[in-house]
Order: sequence, then C-alpha cells, then structure tokens
Amino acid sequence: MIEFERVTKIYPGATAPAVDAVSFTIPSGEICTVIGPSGCGKTTIMRMINRLHPITSGAIRINGQDVNEMDEIELRRGIGYAIQQVGLFPHMTVRDNIATVPKLLGWDGAKIDARVDELLDLVNLEPGVYRDRYPKELSGGQAQRIGVARAMATDPPVMLMDEPFGAIDPINREVLQDEFLKIQAELKKTIVFVTHDIDEAVKMGDKICLLEGGRLVQFASPEEMLTRPKNRFVKDFVGADRTLKRLNLLTVGEVMVENPLHCLADQRSEDVLQEMQNKGIRYLLVTDRDKTFRGFVYHEFLVNHEGCIEDVVQEMTVTVNRSCNLKDGLSKMLSHEIGVLVVLDDDGRLLGVLNSATLHQVVGETYDEFGGHWRKIKVGGRIL
Amino acid sequence: METFTFMYSQWPTLWSLIQEHVFFVGIAVLIAIATGVPIGIWISFNEEAARVVLSIAGVIMTIPSIALFGIMIPILSVFGHGIGTVPAVIALVLYSQLPIIRNTHAAIISVDASIIDAGTGMGMNRRELLWKVRLPMAMSVIFAGVRVAVAMSIGIGAIAAIIGAGGLGQFIYQGIDRSYDAMVNSGALTLAVMAIAVDYLFERLEMKLVSPGLREGI
Repeated sequence: MIEFERVTKIYPGATAPAVDAVSFTIPSGEICTVIGPSGCGKTTIMRMINRLHPITSGAIRINGQDVNEMDEIELRRGIGYAIQQVGLFPHMTVRDNIATVPKLLGWDGAKIDARVDELLDLVNLEPGVYRDRYPKELSGGQAQRIGVARAMATDPPVMLMDEPFGAIDPINREVLQDEFLKIQAELKKTIVFVTHDIDEAVKMGDKICLLEGGRLVQFASPEEMLTRPKNRFVKDFVGADRTLKRLNLLTVGEVMVENPLHCLADQRSEDVLQEMQNKGIRYLLVTDRDKTFRGFVYHEFLVNHEGCIEDVVQEMTVTVNRSCNLKDGLSKMLSHEIGVLVVLDDDGRLLGVLNSATLHQVVGETYDEFGGHWRKIKVGGRIL
Repeated sequence: METFTFMYSQWPTLWSLIQEHVFFVGIAVLIAIATGVPIGIWISFNEEAARVVLSIAGVIMTIPSIALFGIMIPILSVFGHGIGTVPAVIALVLYSQLPIIRNTHAAIISVDASIIDAGTGMGMNRRELLWKVRLPMAMSVIFAGVRVAVAMSIGIGAIAAIIGAGGLGQFIYQGIDRSYDAMVNSGALTLAVMAIAVDYLFERLEMKLVSPGLREGI
C-alpha cells in the first residue's frame, strides 16, 4: 500500500509548487497509472516515492512506513525502478544488468544465475540466447523487457515505472502491455505507472491518478473515470472517444444478451419451422442438449425439410470467448460484416450473443451525464 | 642501409638508450595516470574546478618543452636535480595532464543521464555509480587520452636529452652535432618504432579492459 498524504513539492527557485497537497492511497497489489498533461507533476510524484526528489512537505508511506524515515539507499533497493529510456548499462551483459540490485545486495552467483534465467523466461526472452548479450545487441522492445526484468530482480513488492513502454512502436507496446498485465495478475505488485497515454492509463490501471498543474484532479478506477468524469477537464482529457476506450474495459461476457433464443439440434425441423413462423424469426441458433454450440439455421432451410435440425445446421465460423474485450468483439463484427456475434465459454457452450442493440446501450450509457449504471439485458433462457 | 649498419654496430649503446627512454616515459605516464584520472573525476563533479583545471592544463601544453626544461633547471637545482631524469619526468607528467584530464572529464560527464538515473533509482550510492557505471563506461575515452599522452611523451622525451636525461634523444642531438645522418636516423627510427609498438600494446590492453558492450561493431 502506498499512501500520499498532502504531499507537496516545490523545486528550489520555483514559485508555484510542482506537486500541490496531493493525497491518495494505492491499495496493495494494484497498478496506479499517473497521468496528466506535460508538467503536471506526474514524474515528480513517482520520483518522490523512492526519494529521487525530496519531499517538501507532507508524507509518503509505503505499507505504513514513512519513506523519509528510511535509509534512502535501502529504500531504493527495495523498490523496482524502470524508466522510459530503459537506462541499461551498456558495458554489462543482460545477466549483469538484471543482476544489478541482487549484486548490490550481495547475492551469491548461483542464486543470481537462477534468478536471471527465471526473469528472462518471465519476460519471454530465451535465457540461453539473451543472457550474455550486450544492450546494443537488443531491439527496443527487448531492451524494455530487460528493463522491466531488472526492476523485478529482487521481487520487490513495490515498483515504479516511468513510461516503461513509451519508446516502443504501438504494436510492440500492446504486446508488452499485455505481457505485463499477465505477469502482474500473478505477482500482484503495487505499481506506480507514469504514462502520458490515456489509452495506456485506462488499460494498465486499476486506478488512475489524473493530475493537472500539480493538483490531483481525479483519483478513480478507469471505469469510473470514463463514465463519471469529475469535471470538464477530466472529460476533455480522457477524450471524446471515451466510449470507445470503455469498450476496452468491458468484456463481451459482461454486456452480452444472456441465454438467447435457440433450438436444439435434435428437434424436428417442422416443429422449429412452425415456431419460427409464429414468431416471425428468420434464423435461429442451434445447440446440443448440453448447450454446446452447433451453428444456426435459416428459415428457408427448414421449409419442406423432413428430419432433425442436425441435418441442416450451418456452422458459424466467427464466435467469441466471453473474456474477449468489447473492442475486439466489435471489430470482429465489423470485419466479418455480421450483425450478431455468438459468445461461448471455454468449452464451446453457448452463453449469449452480442448485437448492435447491446453495443448501442453501452455507448449510450457512457454519455449519460449522471453516470448510468450498467444493467445486463436479460432475455431469460428460452428453448423453443 | 648505413643507418642499420650503425644501429647494429652500436647496439649495446642503443639498447641502453631505449631502456632509459622507456624508463622515464613509463614512470612519467604512470604518474600522469595516477594524478590525471583522479583529477579528471574530481572536476567532473565540480564545474568551477573543471574550468580552472582544464585551462591551466591547456596553458601548460602551450609552453615549449625546451622552455619548460629551462624554467625547471633553477627551480629544481635547489633540490639538486636541476638536470637529469627528474626534470624530464616532471615535464612529461605535466604535458600528459591535459589529454588525460580532459578525456576523463569528458567521458565521465557524457555518461547518459538516464543510465545514472537508473542506477540511482535502483539504489546505487555515489561510489558504486562511479566504480560500476561511470568509470567502466568512460574507460575507452580515458584510454584514448592516455594513448595520446604516451605518444606525446615518447616524442618530447627525446628533447629531454638536452638536459641530460638520456634516452634516444641523445643519438639525435649527437648526430646533429656531428652531422652524422646515420646516428640521427637510427635515433628517430627507433623512436618511431617504439611509439608504434607502445600504441599497439595499449590497444591490446584496451581490448582487455573495455567491455565488448561498448566497442563498435560485433
């Protein structure tokens, strides 16, 4: 847990404070992204935690302990530190770079070797290939990975990251972000993550700390910041496309129409046809009795068909897992030009569908100035 | 051809002159490194001192070596060392300061700020930063300065013969006095070979001391 209590920073010779009476608390195991326009004090906030910048007034506590009362060298060795420029030591191999803090702490060689290989595996770099390389033999993305591995070398509970993926092209950045989130899901570190990219802040943060001119404007979860921006500044900052950003946060499982109308593969075609005509339905999803998704049938297939649905069911190639985010779901719908996206669980069972009406509802909610609360559209499980 | 005949016939003398030359240049360079590198490090953390020290070292460089020897004779006579090896070594040490100090200073202040930031942020103290980061990274530039100092010292060392320091300059001056070309040439040739050989040795040493991560290529 990292607590900021009315933390103020005034640089020598400056008239206005760079950070002005900022208070917030980051719970253990969460990532807090710190964001704001240039000069808002976000890097200063981060650098005060390991006392690279002295605090003018107020207090920062890590797990209840005031950082000002700790030995500054020991404090820093106990906190992971990764920066945008990476700052790998060019004269050291990857192994020695990662081993920087372990060596300062006097670990023995065998323990260091084992830890280095473990960390290289963690950041998806083959230890045998990369261990003995020098930084100049690494690509930008690889160097960033080593930078993160180095910050995690002693498995510190707290990490400070200053735009750690900032200098990388967008495609690789997304890969690194996803990898890092996966690592974090297991390791559960308390992380202060400075970024200038609102998309990154939304994606990486359990909390977002939005600053302007050294003042804390809003400290909230990404969901809350997007749906309930505190004021005009926050709204402008998160951008007019905050609806689209929100699509990143929601999974299709959360917004799908649950348990949609469907029929069973072993039902007789004429019965199903009759029902479809009564209800005026053109097509219908098909499952087995255990809800394993089979495909769909069109009204036309069933006309004059004798036998079971099984014989005429059409396979549906484009489906989506419940944990897929809404943005990817939407782009699947758009790229395959389909109006309905079927949502399955990990075992291929039908859970629900996503259609344009559900998406509209999500979009509409974001623009609800009163901060609408998401309700699932419940149709109720029905079998014809 | 005459030169080689001369060198062959005078080999014992030539060999002792080479030894003398290597001896006082070697001593001078060792002292110069032992003083220049720490001074260079010190002024890297003190801009005011850097300006003063670098301009003093620059001024010393501009004093002609013969004049410097001349100046030192009365001063060092007080201690009974007006001429000979001592003033020669002192002069070489002084001349070597500029390239060594300047390169050390330049190399240390040019270490990328983000690398220092990373080191500090990970909990390195000043001493660890100096020994584990700054110096290893500065090594090749410091080496370049030392190589300049060595080459220069070998050359200026020849002039030290006029104050009785011995060395290969002796052949050159005596040869000029006697208009004996072979003698002059043998002194000059040996000096040139020595300068090249020493430079080569330093290059090898540099390969050993400078991390492969800092070298060009790979």
